[in-house]
Amino acid sequence: MKVLGLILAGGKSDHLGVLTSKRASAAMPIFGKYRAIDFTLSNMVNSGIVKVGVLTQYNPRSLMDHLGSGKEWDLDRKNGGLFILQPYVSPEGSYWYKGTADAIYQNMTLLRRGEEDFVLIGSGDHIYKIDFGDVFRFHFHKGADVTLIVKDLDESYDLTRYGIVQMDETGRIHNIEEKPKNPQGETAFLGIYFINKYLLMDLLYSFVPTGATDLLLDVIMPNLRKLKVYGYKFDGYWRNIKKSVYEYYRTNMDILNEGVRKELFYKNGKVYTKLKDLPPPKFTGTAVVENSLISDGTIITGRVKNSVVFRGVKIRAGAIVENSIVMEGTVIEEGAVVYNAILDKESIVREEKKIIGDKEILVFEKRAVI
Amino acid sequence: MFHQNVVALILAGGQGTRLGVLTERIAKPAVPFGGKFRIIDFTMSNCVNSGIYTIGVLTQYRPHILSKHIGIGKPWDLDRKDGGVVILPPYQGSKESDWYKGTANAVYQNIEFVDMYDPEYVVILSGDHVYAMDYNDILDYHISKDADGTIACMEVPLEEARRFGIMITDIDNEIVEFQEKPKEPKGNLASLGIYVFNWKFLKKILIEDEKDPNSSHDFGKDIIPKIIYNDLGKLYAFRFEGYWKDVGTIKSYWESNLELTRPLPPLNLYDPNWKFYTQTEEMPPAFVAKSAIVENSLVSEGSEIEGQVFDSVIFQGVKVERGVVIKNSVIMTKTVIKEGSKIENAVIAENVVIGKGAVIGEGEYKESLLDPRIYNSEITVIGMNARIPDEAVLGKNVVIGHDVKEKDFEKLNIESGEFVLSNRE
Repeated sequence: MKVLGLILAGGKSDHLGVLTSKRASAAMPIFGKYRAIDFTLSNMVNSGIVKVGVLTQYNPRSLMDHLGSGKEWDLDRKNGGLFILQPYVSPEGSYWYKGTADAIYQNMTLLRRGEEDFVLIGSGDHIYKIDFGDVFRFHFHKGADVTLIVKDLDESYDLTRYGIVQMDETGRIHNIEEKPKNPQGETAFLGIYFINKYLLMDLLYSFVPTGATDLLLDVIMPNLRKLKVYGYKFDGYWRNIKKSVYEYYRTNMDILNEGVRKELFYKNGKVYTKLKDLPPPKFTGTAVVENSLISDGTIITGRVKNSVVFRGVKIRAGAIVENSIVMEGTVIEEGAVVYNAILDKESIVREEKKIIGDKEILVFEKRAVI
Repeated sequence: MFHQNVVALILAGGQGTRLGVLTERIAKPAVPFGGKFRIIDFTMSNCVNSGIYTIGVLTQYRPHILSKHIGIGKPWDLDRKDGGVVILPPYQGSKESDWYKGTANAVYQNIEFVDMYDPEYVVILSGDHVYAMDYNDILDYHISKDADGTIACMEVPLEEARRFGIMITDIDNEIVEFQEKPKEPKGNLASLGIYVFNWKFLKKILIEDEKDPNSSHDFGKDIIPKIIYNDLGKLYAFRFEGYWKDVGTIKSYWESNLELTRPLPPLNLYDPNWKFYTQTEEMPPAFVAKSAIVENSLVSEGSEIEGQVFDSVIFQGVKVERGVVIKNSVIMTKTVIKEGSKIENAVIAENVVIGKGAVIGEGEYKESLLDPRIYNSEITVIGMNARIPDEAVLGKNVVIGHDVKEKDFEKLNIESGEFVLSNRE
């Protein structure tokens, strides 16, 4: 049985502000050295999927640079491997992807030509570790047409921003309410689909030409009676960083928790990412580091607490960084203070400058000079 | 522009006996260094940073980890259509087959490999040294002097000169005398084991030397003196002024690692224009817990630090549990230091487990009962995969062999100078 992986990575996030002004949300840096898409991509590769298409649209430069030939994920292959699927111009005209269903429809060739029997559709914005093998087995066991991965969300998630599903005791989904004002239940669809490839092709050929654009809203939801759609309950750690700046921030901070770290970094295989060839981080004599993630190439001379520090960061003497995310190549100069902030790549906080955020996390754009 | 007509040969067959248990299982070029590298990475990175993309690595002693590490050379961008990196082990021929008898013989046995690329110059390097050097400088110098061979050299303290090949030069830097590891050195200009030769010239000399029954087929002992004293060609000395180190002893290995933790070490790992590449396992960033103190140290990816680390180099994936205190030590990949252990002045190899409450580096220095020629400093060395029992107390200059298990310890108190080796050998 062969599975084609598709990763939806084209979306623009309306909620991440300046952080996504120059990159797709799937290319958001996370946990010191990764990009958001590394998790879904590694999950697929670790589950034995060797052909993966990444659908890009919004500002893909940084994402493309990151993915390269796919060699870090062992996807630089003669058969299969990594396919970047961008909107394109053809004699019939050029069309941006109008939605998820449309995006896959426009790349039907990849589906038609491949020898795969199933398609796994994931999103580049999700942070989780899963063995998709469990989902495949569930799918067969249930005799499902479509399996959607769902999760019972606790109060730390804003249920009005998710698709809430109603399932019977067998796991069959009878109703889905997209972003309901008054959510009925707490089981949300995580945006991950497992589906028979020929069924998906049929559905897309049937509905996209007549106006369907979104895979969930326009293709799956109207056909819940005709199709056997099952929900596979995932009970591990899962976050969608695209939902808000706070969600992105909180997800990063969660990695300081040992349990989350063990699950995300070591369970169900490793997380692969683009290598940067940097030396180990250095802690000088005046460095004080507490409860923080510190990446390669970083030199710490100041104080760091409860923070995620990316690669090649310099935190100079007398500088204080607390409860913050400091991205690659940023320099915090002597005596500067950074509390509750997100500093994007290659920013500089000048000597003695103070950045004090509180519940409202302060966000600074790439190459900001403060 | 880079020189296009150069082949580099890296001699990586040596055991490095003076590193004791550290090289019992692996060749010296494969010994881990600086938190995530292996010693040969420095020479390989120097090559590619200098634009030399055709490299032969001559292996002999325990080559498995070294060969696996180099692979097809991907991390160094040496996976190429033309050239790239080739591992050259000794091989069997129809007429003769032999181990590499000496450094010169190793090159002699690979004349065909070099001829395949028909280079103007060959650079002969050692996989045992840690340094940053642009080989274009010595090549330019070699060409400008119209030399047949050029040897990189450095001034060393006179008392150390006995460990090196010593060169006496004339005013133009042409070498007029050469002493290999002299008892009474006539100067302090030491050879760094980095040679540039015109390939045609060297090939002729190697073929002649091979026929000489009195020769040990070594560059320092035979080839260089022959060229000088039989007037076979012009050899020049190229003075190198950067950082160069032959981490040949346990003490110098330990020192040069710890040097990297100082504020501005002479070897800059952080230079974006002269990166050192390596093959490493993919690991998440290092985590430093609330209970941790880390000062003057390198802590590599995948490590989790809950205890205290001072003036030490911690490699990838090391666990330092609560209450642990580590001082002046080198801890290699995936070693686990359990709760409450105290470690001082130690070199601990890969995949070691130090039991709860163990103490390492206690007491006064005593001469080694195992081999005082190798183990002659305060440093305690623990070989790879060793298990140190809970509450064990190890003195200074103690040696724990690789694969030692808890049951190999007949007592928990190992005094300074004592050793424990695996019983299964």
